[in-house]
Amino acid sequence: MIDKKHIGYEFPPVTVPVEEWRLKFLAKSLGETRGIYSDPDAAKAAGLPGLLAPPTFPFMLEIDALDLEKFMSLLGESLEKLLHGEENFSYYAPIYAGDKITVRKTITDIVDKKEGTLQFVISDNTFTNQDGIVVAETRTNYVFRHQ
Amino acid sequence: MKKSMTLPTYDSLKVGDEIPAMISPPVSRHTLALYCGASGDHNPIHVDIDFAKSSGLDDVIAHGMLSAGYLGRMLTNWVPQSAIRNWKNRFTAMTLIGDSVTCSGKIVEKFEKDGEKFIRLELQTNTLQAQTIVAEVVVVLA
Repeated sequence: MIDKKHIGYEFPPVTVPVEEWRLKFLAKSLGETRGIYSDPDAAKAAGLPGLLAPPTFPFMLEIDALDLEKFMSLLGESLEKLLHGEENFSYYAPIYAGDKITVRKTITDIVDKKEGTLQFVISDNTFTNQDGIVVAETRTNYVFRHQ
Repeated sequence: MKKSMTLPTYDSLKVGDEIPAMISPPVSRHTLALYCGASGDHNPIHVDIDFAKSSGLDDVIAHGMLSAGYLGRMLTNWVPQSAIRNWKNRFTAMTLIGDSVTCSGKIVEKFEKDGEKFIRLELQTNTLQAQTIVAEVVVVLA
């Protein structure tokens, strides 16, 4: 069982560059062929400063900033038990290739479910760009299966 | 890049309307390998069958966020991404190798707040076996 002492734990902030090749690769992996997501020249022609990061991208910054192995050892858990329960996004400004995003992550709750056979670890995450603008917030529910 | 996308307007939409659906190709091991690398989600449960078996599964399972990525494509085919204000995804079942992901959505509420007009939608992804994501999204429209 995960100790509730971890509620309130703040991970050290991590700054992640948003690289053009990565957004192209991501578009390919999602079957996304529209130019603003996959073709830097098309994005510029559309008046954007670079490729547009798709709406699920903040989650990827979140996992870039988080070392899963270290996260498991912090919680005293193993990756085999982990499932993704929920992912919630709030959007305030776009993210483009070339941005540098600082990810701040805090464990905000740990909830026992089904008589402790499941535990939810909730984290709230804030994404701030190089100009100090909060571009997105997410809430992630990590589900641990204890049997 | 010019696209002949007709922007939906607040007044043209009503509760119960469905937005254009989308279906993905069958999820392959190659899809999951690409998504593992591109997304940065390196959890071996999605790409390593030995690890998946040690987790009590018969085979690897798709990333939930891959299906969310398909939902995102459906949404941004319908409205510009800047219209999306918030989006909540609950992962309700696993997506397996060979599954196609069907994305769909319908309007459940129209409301005005602080001088802006909003549409609330319920979205879902389904495979042949199960509903895999239940989602809610709020978009702002003119």
